[in-house]
Amino acid sequence: MSSHDPENQPLDDLEQSRTQPGTGAAAGENAAADVAAEAHAAVSSTEADAFGRGEGVIEAKEVEGLSQGQIVLRRFTRHKGALAGMIVLGTVALLAITSMGIGPIPGWWKFQDFLGSGTVQNGGAPTLHLPRWLGGPGFAIGDHPFGQDEIGRDNFAQVMKGVQTSLFVMTVMGIVQLIIGVTIGALSGYYRGRLDMVLMRFTDMVITLPVIVIGAVLGKLVYTIPTKLNASDALVNTIHKYLPLELAIALGCILWPGMARLVRSEFMSLREREFVDSARVAGASDWRIITKHMLPNAMGVIIVNVTLLMSAAVVLETALSYLGFGIAQPNISLGNLISANQGAFATRPWLFWWPGLFIILIALCVNFIGDGLRDAFDPRQKRIPSQRQMDKAQLKDDRGLVIETVKEEAK
Amino acid sequence: MTENHNPLATDGATLADEDVTALAHESVHRGEKILEVKDLCINFWVNGEWFSAAKDMTYDLRAGEVLAIVGESGSGKTQSSMSLVGLLPANGRTTGSAKLKGTELVGLTGSKLRSIRGKEIAVIFQEPMTALNPLYTVGFQIVETLRTHFVMSPHIAKERALELMRLVEIPEPEVRFDSYPHQLSGGQRQRIMIAQSLSCEPKLLIADEPTTALDVTVQAEILKLMRDLRERVDAGIILITHDMGVVADMADRIIVMKDGQVVEHGTSAQIFGDPQHPYTRQLLAAVPHLGSLTSTLEIHERTTMVESEGHPVPLTAATPGVAPALLMEDVAIEYPKIGRKPAFRAAQNINLLIEPGEVVGLVGESGSGKTTIGRAAVALLPVVEGRLTIAGRDITHAKNKDLLPFRKDVGIVFQDPGSSLNPRLPVGESIGEPLYLHQKLRGSELSKKVEDLLDSVELPRSMRNRYPHELSGGQRQRIGVARALALQPKLLIADEPTSALDVSVQARVLKLFQNLQQDYGFACLFISHDLAVVEMLSKRVAVMRHGRLVEVGPTAEIVNNPQHEYTQRLLAAVPVPDPAEQKKRRELRDEIIAGVVS
Repeated sequence: MSSHDPENQPLDDLEQSRTQPGTGAAAGENAAADVAAEAHAAVSSTEADAFGRGEGVIEAKEVEGLSQGQIVLRRFTRHKGALAGMIVLGTVALLAITSMGIGPIPGWWKFQDFLGSGTVQNGGAPTLHLPRWLGGPGFAIGDHPFGQDEIGRDNFAQVMKGVQTSLFVMTVMGIVQLIIGVTIGALSGYYRGRLDMVLMRFTDMVITLPVIVIGAVLGKLVYTIPTKLNASDALVNTIHKYLPLELAIALGCILWPGMARLVRSEFMSLREREFVDSARVAGASDWRIITKHMLPNAMGVIIVNVTLLMSAAVVLETALSYLGFGIAQPNISLGNLISANQGAFATRPWLFWWPGLFIILIALCVNFIGDGLRDAFDPRQKRIPSQRQMDKAQLKDDRGLVIETVKEEAK
Repeated sequence: MTENHNPLATDGATLADEDVTALAHESVHRGEKILEVKDLCINFWVNGEWFSAAKDMTYDLRAGEVLAIVGESGSGKTQSSMSLVGLLPANGRTTGSAKLKGTELVGLTGSKLRSIRGKEIAVIFQEPMTALNPLYTVGFQIVETLRTHFVMSPHIAKERALELMRLVEIPEPEVRFDSYPHQLSGGQRQRIMIAQSLSCEPKLLIADEPTTALDVTVQAEILKLMRDLRERVDAGIILITHDMGVVADMADRIIVMKDGQVVEHGTSAQIFGDPQHPYTRQLLAAVPHLGSLTSTLEIHERTTMVESEGHPVPLTAATPGVAPALLMEDVAIEYPKIGRKPAFRAAQNINLLIEPGEVVGLVGESGSGKTTIGRAAVALLPVVEGRLTIAGRDITHAKNKDLLPFRKDVGIVFQDPGSSLNPRLPVGESIGEPLYLHQKLRGSELSKKVEDLLDSVELPRSMRNRYPHELSGGQRQRIGVARALALQPKLLIADEPTSALDVSVQARVLKLFQNLQQDYGFACLFISHDLAVVEMLSKRVAVMRHGRLVEVGPTAEIVNNPQHEYTQRLLAAVPVPDPAEQKKRRELRDEIIAGVVS
């Protein structure tokens, strides 16, 4: 190194005149200005900042001082559809849980027993009326806002209980397929080779299973097998009582392959990234590399896929229940309600429309949220401003300019 | 006319056969003013505000002239030129005026803009692999450009395309016409890009870092081609680059940009000979000069070892009694087979020795296997033949479990600082990871160590809680260095640590690296494609080609008196940021290139 000393002079100068890029360049400015002043007094000292602002200025400006999570959150809140979906879904869930209660805790709705019959009032027509300004006879909730069925059961209580079941199935299924899919995907993507081959062939096999048929068969078996095995009545009742849970787990066990494949491909590309190598050089174990370094980076893909699958699950559960293979008495679900009331479509359409409306609402909201999350986690997505936003920014600039010129004139 | 401007021919009629006259449009003459740019401003909309990417640019360009726009990343040099052809992203905006022979370019849209693109203004992009469509043959892509702008039969267009390919010195153009981009080498692809951009005889040619993605020897060939072409083409050329060596080789006039401002504008001689602005001077000072450090040294004894037919470079004699930091004995390294992809042997017959505390440079072109050696040295790749010993520990066939104590003795700094830090972890945690895993440090002890490390790479302690995307490239690379040094390794592998950085940032990181090497005293394998950088840092240099070492010896000897033919070519190809010296070097380079045309 010693032979380099004289030639290092320019570098030393540079070194001295450096400051942290990005944190203002006061020292660099001064040192550089000194050089300038000595040789060429003509150079304006205010311009004498000798170091550039560096690469990616525009991208950096957009994310200034934000953590990764904050950037995602900011992008998500920019997505109006996702935000609306979040609010509507939250309201629906809140309404369903508070009105019908959860577990042993009772809700505030007066008909807590959704299976109990009552007197049919006014042919069971809904007592919910639109306000006058929307063309209705004046806003009113009444005793049975969503109407009653032929034996006087309250439709509102049934729909709310159905919404609870749907949301419950959706969540449990999401968790089950998340656990199985991520584990299998991560292992086969990280270790590759033989393990990958075995796991992926297994995944291919599960993919080929037709979900509706499997669901239907399982739904039937739940009823027939305990009887065949001469199980006690208590056991049979317990099985029937927790049917939504069993159905959700079964569906989760069939629907994970999509998730596994996505996580696998994500892991394969992450594995080539240098930070994984540098963690390995640092001596990190496989477990640590997978959980600490790779999984957080694959989170975007995972979250998005889970939400999209959850919205599909709502519809799937409905379809199965409608076919009569999913959830049955003493539980109640939205599909189950539609299936039970399809015959009454001509005479009591509200029994069909209200559960249908909530199915659409839930599926739509979850889809919107998934969409928003996908956009939020996509780093390549650039925000394209509208003409109005650009004009506004221009106006702001002009105003700033005017203020500056006014100040200068005042001097 | 592209190829009929010949100083010996009095007019352009000599080559004016029929298909060329078919192309005839309003041609330009040498020295005529073709581009007038006045008060050109580029702004980007960011979060409700206009961010200025380039401000008040004013310049003229004459036909046959090369104007270089120089600046570091983020200086707005590319955006300001791309705005001329309307290639700004949707949130960008151009104001001011840019006139191409009287046609206002700012605000041009639709078919008018399309008729200008390609025909009047052509662009040579940085990366020919991504700029050419991989699904079409290169011939088709040239013909497509021609037939978009001229009424021309496919047959004549093909004739013309072949002529262009001959012009850019593509060997066997008839064969290459039907090749796909991936079948050509990087240099040939860039030649095709140039041929395509010249196909419509543009008045203005924008070359956006045309040689940055290429190896030095290929870069030298492309620079030679571009120099030849500027004699034969009447277009004005805007050359956008950050490489002062390339500028010295090509430019007539230079614009230096910084943070969107033009800080200096002058002829090549003015800028290089008598730079006025401090930024220009810093920029020039930051460029490492090849040969500037060692040319004065006397060489007493020749110790360089060269590869000869069938005999790999032998091992350097080790100091007796001292365990070398790195010892490779007849090593071969393979990328293991994945699925049906067979194993690939990336390096073989490697004999390399690094003494404790010694810095050895490893140079070579892309694909020569230098990164492979670096990765094998930290046990990221398996050694299939020979013996690899690191700091007295044989790790040739070590299992992953046994490697844990070994990991303490080595560190690696990766090429791309953006990719080598986990984007989800605060940088402090990234630095602390080796300490956490090996020394089992926790809590405040760990924090203290991390802060010390940040101090030693001259970063503020507060930075430990920041995420990688918030840091600049140079800061990220210093974080990478800090992490590699966390355990005070005996051997550090630096895999092109500065090639992704701007020159002034590179100068700072290199300086820091030198200081750290002196303080910590680690041995280092410094991998780089830039001979000037290696010369600055290392005591000995190993030159690599096609997976084999071709020459190993003390830095001064390699730089000033290379023995192997390949080393000579490599050295001659490096452009130096000095127009006068570069002229001399160019002649030497052209001689050598004439001998071996790729």
